[in-house]
Parts: sequence; structure tokens; C-alpha cells
Amino acid sequence: MEEHNINLTLKIWRQASATAKGNFEEFKVSVSPHASILEMFDEINNNLEKEGKDPIVFESDCREGICGTCGLVVNGHPHGSKKHTATCQIHMRSFKADETIYVEPFRAAAFPVLKDLMVDRTGLDIVQQAGGYVSVNAGSAPDANAIPIAKEIASLALDAAECIGCGACVAACKNSSAMLFVSAKVSQFALLPQGQAERYERVQNMVIAHDESGFGSCTNTYACEAECPKGISISNIARMNRDYFVSNMKLQE
Amino acid sequence: MITLDSKVPEGKLSEKWTNHKFNMKLVNPANKRKFDIIVVGTGLAGAGAAATLGELGYKVKAFTFHDSSRRAHSIAAQGGINAAKDYQNDGDSVYRLFYDTIKGGDFRAREANTYRLAEVSNNIIDQCVAQGVPFAREYGGTLANRSFGGAQVSRTFYARGETGQQLLLGAYSSLNRQIKLGNVDMYHRREMLDVVVVDGKAKGITVRNLLTGEVESYTAQAVVLATGGYSNVFFLSTSAMLSNATAAWRAHKKGAAFANPCYTQIHPTCLPQHGEGQSKLVLMSESLRNDGRIWVPNIVGEKRPVSEIPESDRDYYLERRYPSFGNLAPRDISSRSAKYACDEGKGVNGGNSVYLDFADAINRIGEPAVREKYGNLFEMYENITGENPYNVPMQIYPAPHYTMGGLWVDYNLQSSIPGLFVAGEANFSDHGANRLGASALMQGLADGYFVVPYSIGNYFGSEKPEKSDVNGAEFKAAEESVKESTDKMLSINGKQTVDDIHRKLGDLLIDKVGMSRDEAGLKGVIKNISDLREEFWNDVKVVGKAGEINQNLERAGRVADFLELGELMAVDALDRDESCGAHFREEHQTDEGEAVRNDEDFAYVAAWEYEKAGSWKLHKEDLKFESVELATRSYK
Amino acid sequence: MGWLSKSLNSSIGKKIVMAVTGLSLILFLTVHFINNMFLFFGKEVFDTLVGSLDAVKPIVRVAEVVLLLLFGFHIFNGIRLWWENRKANPDKYYIDASKENSTFFSRTMPYTGGILLVFLIGHLATVWVKFNFGMEGTHHYYDAVAEIFQFLPTTIFYVIVMIVLGFHINHGFQSAFQTFGWYHKKYTPLVEFIGTAYAVVLAVGFSAIPIYFFIRSMGGN
Repeated sequence: MEEHNINLTLKIWRQASATAKGNFEEFKVSVSPHASILEMFDEINNNLEKEGKDPIVFESDCREGICGTCGLVVNGHPHGSKKHTATCQIHMRSFKADETIYVEPFRAAAFPVLKDLMVDRTGLDIVQQAGGYVSVNAGSAPDANAIPIAKEIASLALDAAECIGCGACVAACKNSSAMLFVSAKVSQFALLPQGQAERYERVQNMVIAHDESGFGSCTNTYACEAECPKGISISNIARMNRDYFVSNMKLQE
Repeated sequence: MITLDSKVPEGKLSEKWTNHKFNMKLVNPANKRKFDIIVVGTGLAGAGAAATLGELGYKVKAFTFHDSSRRAHSIAAQGGINAAKDYQNDGDSVYRLFYDTIKGGDFRAREANTYRLAEVSNNIIDQCVAQGVPFAREYGGTLANRSFGGAQVSRTFYARGETGQQLLLGAYSSLNRQIKLGNVDMYHRREMLDVVVVDGKAKGITVRNLLTGEVESYTAQAVVLATGGYSNVFFLSTSAMLSNATAAWRAHKKGAAFANPCYTQIHPTCLPQHGEGQSKLVLMSESLRNDGRIWVPNIVGEKRPVSEIPESDRDYYLERRYPSFGNLAPRDISSRSAKYACDEGKGVNGGNSVYLDFADAINRIGEPAVREKYGNLFEMYENITGENPYNVPMQIYPAPHYTMGGLWVDYNLQSSIPGLFVAGEANFSDHGANRLGASALMQGLADGYFVVPYSIGNYFGSEKPEKSDVNGAEFKAAEESVKESTDKMLSINGKQTVDDIHRKLGDLLIDKVGMSRDEAGLKGVIKNISDLREEFWNDVKVVGKAGEINQNLERAGRVADFLELGELMAVDALDRDESCGAHFREEHQTDEGEAVRNDEDFAYVAAWEYEKAGSWKLHKEDLKFESVELATRSYK
Repeated sequence: MGWLSKSLNSSIGKKIVMAVTGLSLILFLTVHFINNMFLFFGKEVFDTLVGSLDAVKPIVRVAEVVLLLLFGFHIFNGIRLWWENRKANPDKYYIDASKENSTFFSRTMPYTGGILLVFLIGHLATVWVKFNFGMEGTHHYYDAVAEIFQFLPTTIFYVIVMIVLGFHINHGFQSAFQTFGWYHKKYTPLVEFIGTAYAVVLAVGFSAIPIYFFIRSMGGN
């Protein structure tokens, strides 16, 4: 693992507050090819702190690509250009020496910038609160094996349930639509027998909450699927569309 | 002055929980909404508790420092969750799960708690399936199981390598439902910085709003802490970057005893540190040891590339020292042996890593078969390290990843402060000195869904705690002390950054209070940590202001607490003059290097009462074993 | 009927409107296309065919009203989507990587749609008005077409617009299927292929008319 550091020029978005005007700040760094991009940020911040300057504000937590906290737009790609990886899984060896890298926050009206690279993704929670659950109280569940579920169905449901709620789909969409995110949860429950009782109210309520949270409409460009760190399929959007259509026909009101 | 009463119910082990549930005081459904409960943390235990308490009709305020309650670190658990369903018809039972867990914990857990954990494990699986958690299935549609962590039965439920994520999202969905129904008020981006105690009872918390920097207080008639473990005290661990001990530690300073802080588990198969700038360590599934062979170069200072090191110059140290178990030696032995090899200078390139070599496995069963078994892990390894493990041996090194110690709680999960309940990894109760695989998720959900909701009702029914005024003197005092310590940190303006000091603390701890400990080392490190704490309060540099988003300030507060907790870990490790589970004292081992317990003198829970920084009073809760016989762990 | 307007005004509702009207318009274009192809069978065939529509004038008028409504909804919704989506995403990235995550056709739907709208207005104002009100009792439709494409600029404009139409349909066809929820691992590639093939046929076929007449006008004089 003995390799030399690589020199890079970074243009990082700095914005003092939600209302302030932002701009790119340039950093020249020499970084180990084994470091992750967020470790590079840690190092920059440690140096900034030493100089008494404000470190770059960015969010991250698990650094294993599962918690969905991190989300930077690297050279125009949410979570960078490598497929099926979150920002924390970008390693510096994937950049060429002397490259210039632009790092920006997720951009969407529904994701206002709070500071530097940190954005407010509350809208995603509001969508989940509108219906992303099965109404079952603790203690009232039947035996876990009471309802058999075909392996393929369970597997499809898990494919959808793998969404990490990072918001990259919104960030990638030219319309800032969160339909991939909404459809992942709608699909998970639409596929499973446990989700049937509330299936049609759920899709109605979640779509309404999505629209009210300031996300745009899906126009089927599929940029979301291409940038999703978990590879959530647009087939989920199709399933949601179908359920939404049926729900309008079916529901009494 | 703390008195420890475990409140373990009378009666046969298998009937304790049932009897206790019957004997608990209840709260009339119509009266439940008159009770406010604060839940801090929204991982498995916190989200589970907040949702369930909301379902019962209490008014709940849930807090997380994340931007969403779905980000808690429970999400990163990979392997699975145990339950005594016996769906495989292989002889599993509640008693067997209980016995495995208490034996795995080297007989340092409270029997009744561990039994209850095994007892409610089945309800957890039912609940999760009903929530729509997509567990793995067999072709016939029934739930699939795998075996895990050396258990002799197949009892682990899983969802690919993302079981924690799926379980947390299940709890999160239940929590969301209660938020929608108005039973839970969700407070995001609030970091708990103090517990407020009024007339001896926990009545609220003080938090810092991480977006505005404002210090806010919230009142309730009971407080639940579900704030996770403290592995990040080591700086490098498999915990998430933000995981910290602050909430638990501030409660400790307000009177909650801290139990068994020295019980910290170090996982043998993690990716080694790649360099100075490393921020955290990544765990790889232990299953790799089924086919991989662990070795180091025989020569100190070996400089040849791995392909040029002949067999004769390789030391397969686990196979050599433990011929019967070989590479499958238990976690603690395996971790320690790697450390010894590297300390001798035989680590890869003289550093801290050992080889995990699949060359023989590939020769034996072929690359496709290896790919079939471990493909996703190999991919993950290659993604992180840039090296192809099919061609070059993997490099691994142990890393801290779970803390069995935590706030002391009684059978009701109530701490030594009445009205303050502690759930999940934040408490100490169920795993003893060592945790078995796939049981952390089980404990988080057991506490959250099935224990805390009962015992809080009992507390309300029997103690009838009054509401407190959020403008009362105790709340104001807590706010003042938070502001004071914030201002202090911002005013020091020294030369070292928070991370610099945290790294130093981590180095001290992993070296002396890590995989193996001895008296001299512990005595020395207590002094070193105390000095480092001085250094922090005189020489740290925290930038920015209090009244804004300030991640530097957030970290500073957490590290300040780690600097006290780290010392207590060493104090506890020194006090526990025996080896048990993850706590290995050099002085107490067999010739084969196995832990030697001292049940005569140390079958107790060490619960520490805070006096002042660097000074604690020890209280002992004797562990009584009525149902199991204390046996020696053996890996012959 | 509150539910109907509520659902049609939701983000998925708007998509459904786009898909239903879009697919209907594709059907219309098919009829239009077949009709136009008769130009290649010569003046007599074409004039007779178009003239025969006089006999069913009331039906044609009803069809035109339906068509107008379809276009109206499609255009109104399209503009609305474009406007709302712009508001939902006001700030663009400094580095535009969209070409690496989506197709040119899908990203440019509002713009290709805009061009088609301009064309539609012009096309109606000239050809439709001429055919309906400018024939002074004669049935010389073929000559009217030929007259239009004597001019190079008109010809070029028509050809460009027909290529744009191909772009629009290339995305629109399969997009409508996705909107209806007809997505399947096995069949979706086929739908995409049909959409693209159809778009190419329409673009090439429709473009052939102006090119044919322009070349004819060059050689004819």
C-alpha cells in the first residue's frame, strides 16, 4: 500500500448560512490515494481549525454507505460518479493527479442549504410520516411464519427497502422530484402481504405529502436511478404510479 | 449516595418476567396522555420505545442529534438478529438462547435480564415481520435462518447484510406513524447535554439546538436514554463518526452509576488503518475466517512483497498456537494474537495488520466457489483498499466495535436516578463481559418495544411523578452549566485541535485498555489520561461561535466527556483483577493464553458513582446465579 | 369530483395526463402519417382521399374538437410541469453531469415540446386554414402541399421540426408506459425499441414529404 500522495485542486462550496450567498473556495491538497474523500475533508478541517478558521460544514456518520447522512455532489454527480456508492465510499485513488474537483451541496428548492455543504432534508421525513408504515402496535403481531411470503417477493421488497434516504435522487433530478424515494417505500409495502390493508391510502397520502414538500414532478429521465447509491430501480416508480392510479379508482373518497 | 437494588423479581427464572408484568402498577388508559416522556436517541431502542409509548397513549418527545431519526447507528449492523423461534427444529429454546448469551458473556451478566431478553426475542421477530421488515425467506415462503457466532443452532434472522438497516427502518416507520398521529413530537438536530433532576427524580433534559446553537430545556415525568455505546472513545472504531457517550456521561455526572466500563469488545476482522488521516474502521464479516488463513511474516522487518515470502517464512500463528480451533479461535483470542504479532514487529510492513489469505481456499475449492461464498465481502474490500483479494491476501486488524458496559440499570431498566431509564447499548445489562453476534439488535428492540414501555407505566403508577416547570431553578441551572462549559471551550484558544487530542486519547486507550491490559499499564494510563484532560482544558482550540452551526464545538464537548470516561474505563479495568470475556488481564491467563476468571472475588457488577472528575466511588452489585452453573469457556 | 381534480393535479396525476394525451396524440399522428403517405401515390389519389372527408364533415369537426382538447391538455400540462419543476430546482450545479445520468431526449422534452408548439401553430395557421377555408370549392390539396414546399426555408424548417418530433416521441412513448406503471424487466426494452423505431419512422416519413416536394419543384421548373 506504499503509494505517493496525489495533488489535487478542490473547489468547495462555502455558504455561511441559508440566506447568504455562496461561492467556491479553492484548496490545494496533497492526499493519500487510500483516504476517502471525507477523510480528506477531515484533514482540511483539522488544518483550518489549527489556523483558527471555520471548518467546512458537511454531514457524515456511518462512513459505510448505509446511514444516508452524507451527500456531496462531486463533479456534478451526487455521491460522485462511481455507481452504487455513497459519498463516504469515494476513495481518492479514483481521481487523477492534478485534477480539479468541484464539490457542491445537494441542490433543490426542497433541500435548502443550511451551511456550506449541509442541507435540510426534512421533506423526506415528512413523506415517510404521511404513510411509510404498517399500522401495527407492538405486541399485536401474529406469529412471524403465519403468512408465507414467496422468496422472490421478499427479495423484491428488500430491493426497494434498501433505500438509505440520502436524497441523491432528488439532487440528481432536473425537477428535484423525490419519486424514487417515495416509490421505494410504497413498493416495499405494496409487495408484502403486511402492507395490503393500507396499500391505497398509503400511496395517496405519500404522494400528496411529496408534492406539498416542494419536490418537483417526475418526468421519467431516470437520472435518479443512475445516481442512486443503492441502485433502487425505477420499476418502483412504475409500481407506485400503477397503485396511485388504482387508488383513485378504488378509494371511496 | 447511590444504593443499588437490582429489583430482580422473585420466583423461578422462567416466570420472573411474567409475574413481574402482572405485579406492575398500571396507568389507566385515559390518564396516560397526562404523562410526558422524553426519549433521547432514535436507534432501535429509542425509536422502538418512543413508538411503543406513543401507541400506549403517553405524550412522547423524541430527540435525535441527526437530521432524521433514521440515521442512528443501529442502521449499520450487518449480520442479523437472534430469536429462540426454533423454526429450524434444531433444538433451540428460550433457555438455550439465554444460556448461550450468558455463557458468551462469561457469566458477568444479570441472569434475570438475560433470560428476559431471550424470552421476548420471539415477539421481536413477530413484530418486525408485521411491520413489513423483508427478512430473508426460504422458497416455501417461511423465514430463513443462519447460524452465527459459533452458536450450535440456526437462530439468526437476517435481511442480506443489512439487517440493522431493515430493523431500524421498521422502528422508524412505527415512530413516524406515532408522529403523524400526534402522540410523538419529534425533535431533530438536538444534542442532549444534561439531565435535569428535580427532587431526586429525572424530570427533563437540556439540549443544544445544533442549527441555532440555542440551549433549550424540555420537561417530562420520565426520561429514557437510548443513546448507544462509547466505542468512539478509542477514536478509531467501527462506530459512526457521531456516536458518542455524552448523553450517558452527563447523566452519570448527575448521579447515574456507570457499570462495567472496561467491558469493550474488539472485533478481529476489520480493515486495518491505511494512514494518519483515517477517520474510522470498517468491519468485515467474521465468516471470512471460515476459509481464510491468518498469518504474519516470520521475520521482524520483512520487506519482501507478499508473493515473494516463502511458506517457511510465514507464521500461521493461530494455527500454531490453537491447533484445534486454528483460525476460528474466538474473537478475543484472535484479536489479541494479532496485536501480539504486530507488537513484535511482525505485522505487514512492520505496521498494524496481519494477512488473511485465501490462496489455499482458492486452490482447494476454486475461485468460483470462493466468490459464491464471499463475493460481496471481497468486493467491499477491493472498493475500500483498491486491492484484489483474489490475487493478494487481505489485510485485517482488530477494531473496537461494541461496548457491553454502560449506565447501570435495575431489572426495570431504571438507572440509579429514579425516572431515568436507559435502553439498548447505552445500558450495561444483558451481555456481561462479552456480547455474542446478532444479539445487539435483539437487545435494542427488546428494551424498546417490550421492556421500557412496561416499566415506565409501573414507575408512573407507583411513584406518581409530578410535572416540573421548565422555568424552574434546576432547569435554569442546567442551561447555565451547559452555556458555561461551551463558553469555556470556545475561549481556550490553544494549539491542539479536538481531533488531535481525541487521537491521543484513542492511542492511549487502545494500547493499555484495549485487547489486553495489565496493572502497570493501567496505572500509568490513568495518569496519562488525566494529564491529557488537563491538556484539553488548557490547550484545545475550538473555533466558531456558540450561536450557530458549529460541528467543531459539538465534537469538543463529546471529546471532553470521553476524556473522563476513558479514565473510568482504566480505573474499572484496574479494579477488575481477573480476566473475563473481552476484559483480558495479562496477569490472569492459562498457558494457552485463555482468560482466567475469578468468580470468588469478581462475580459482581462494578457500578461507579461519580464524585468529581477523576474520582469515583465503587458500588458492587453481586451477581447471583440461581439457574446456571458457572463454567469455564473452553476452545479445546 | 373533487377527487378527480385533486388526483389530476398531483405530480403523478399530471404525468398521467401527459401520458394519456401523449399516447392519444401519437395515435392521431399515425392516422395523419398514413394519410400523408398517400401524397406519394400522386395527386389524384391524395385529392380524392382528402376530398372524401367532406362527406363526413361533422365527424371530422368532432374529431378536431377532441384533438384540440388533447393538444390543449398536453400543452397546458406540459408548460405547467416545466414551470413548476423549474421552481422546484432553481439552482443548477456548476458542473453539469446530466448527460452521464440521463438521455438527451428525456432532458429536452420541454424544449422539443416548445418547438413543436410553435410549429403546430404555424402548421394550423397555414395548412389547416388553407385546406379548410382556402380551397374555394376546389379539391387541389396536392398542389397546395406542393406549393408550400417550393421554398427552401419552409422545407428546412419542416425537416428540422420532424426530427424534433422524433426526439419528443422517442422519449414520450416509453415514458408513457412507465407512467402507467407498465414496467417489466422483460418487456420494457421492447417498448423502448418500439418507441424509438416509431419515432424514426415518423421523423423520416414526415420529412420525406417536404424533401420530395422541394426536389420536385427544383427539377420541375
